[in-house]
Amino acid sequence: MSLVFAGVCSHAPGITGRADLADPVARDGLYDAFDWMRAELEATRPDALVVVAAEHFANFFMNNMPAFAMGMADHYQGPIEDPGWLMIDRFTAPGNRQLSERLIQEVMQTVDIAYAEEWLFDHGIAVPLHFLTPRFDLPVVPVNINCQGPPLTPLHRAWTFGEAVRRAADAVPERIALVGTGGISHWPATPDSGKINEEWDREFLDRWCRNDRDGLLGYDDLTIYADAGQGGFEIRTFLTVSAAAGGAAGTVHFYRPIPIFAVGCTIATYALE
Amino acid sequence: MSLYYVQKYLYQLNRDPAVQGAYRSDPVAAVTSFGRDGQVATLTDEEIVALTAPDIGLLYHLGVNGQILMHFAAFHGIEWTDYLQRMRQGLRDHGPVREGVYALTTDL
Ligand SMILES: [Fe+2]
Repeated sequence: MSLVFAGVCSHAPGITGRADLADPVARDGLYDAFDWMRAELEATRPDALVVVAAEHFANFFMNNMPAFAMGMADHYQGPIEDPGWLMIDRFTAPGNRQLSERLIQEVMQTVDIAYAEEWLFDHGIAVPLHFLTPRFDLPVVPVNINCQGPPLTPLHRAWTFGEAVRRAADAVPERIALVGTGGISHWPATPDSGKINEEWDREFLDRWCRNDRDGLLGYDDLTIYADAGQGGFEIRTFLTVSAAAGGAAGTVHFYRPIPIFAVGCTIATYALE
Repeated sequence: MSLYYVQKYLYQLNRDPAVQGAYRSDPVAAVTSFGRDGQVATLTDEEIVALTAPDIGLLYHLGVNGQILMHFAAFHGIEWTDYLQRMRQGLRDHGPVREGVYALTTDL
């Protein structure tokens, strides 16, 4: 039928795993924003949720690293992390193999992607699902963009991929929701964890909300690394959603640096036509 | 120095309960058997020690991707601030991160 929802959110493992160490006001503000996003998502009555993620070596490694991959299974398991560390119990999330296959075939018309009939979710998908589909009752189509193992997927290819995802969503009869997850500036999993460049984040989110293609593709990995850290490479997921939103205007519903979560926590959506 | 294979072992360990079981019952045997591919040694003695001790600081210095290392530290039940401290200590003991994109960007 069409793309019915497009948004982005953070996925840092500390959001659930280190919740007890966070400033309660900041944490609860983020949780409220996730609740709001879930209500918005549910209001669009989606048949499936496409999650564009930046995984951290749960399924894909440098022995065979795809620039893009999409899941094509009826079930997915997670999290790969110790549940006591992530504070998310082991779960099985529903997929829809047949829908995945139709989406993949359409995306492949313009972007060479890998597909995967098995996929283990790490925090990059488990954290968003924990808040957005807590009962694991909405079929998920996982997507990965290589934001971890250089050479990384070029930014402009993430844009092209987003356009292909939109075309594919519009081509199927189901109502498709799209959520991109990643950090903006952050230095996760280093001793600098907790460092956040709020000024850089706000400029990025301004470009994202204006759906400023040239502005978003004007970033490059050298300056991202210097100004936004290696965690900033995950903006590819945000760019994919921008491209899929087809020029729609965005709104940031929540942004706040929460150092113990290691990222400027973000909830934002596009107002689709 | 075979950072790729160090990371490959950790990638498998982080995601596969069977690999975790072998590691828990005899880490040296598990890592050593991974570290030989026919006649080719894929891991150095230093890397085997780092993987089995485990020496989080040395693995960080060697350039193991931070996400892989974070999951490995969690697997060992290392508490968050202790994990960050071990990475810093690794830099003091061994010097800056040798490879990759997870280097320290602030003062040690
Ligand atoms: Fe991430």
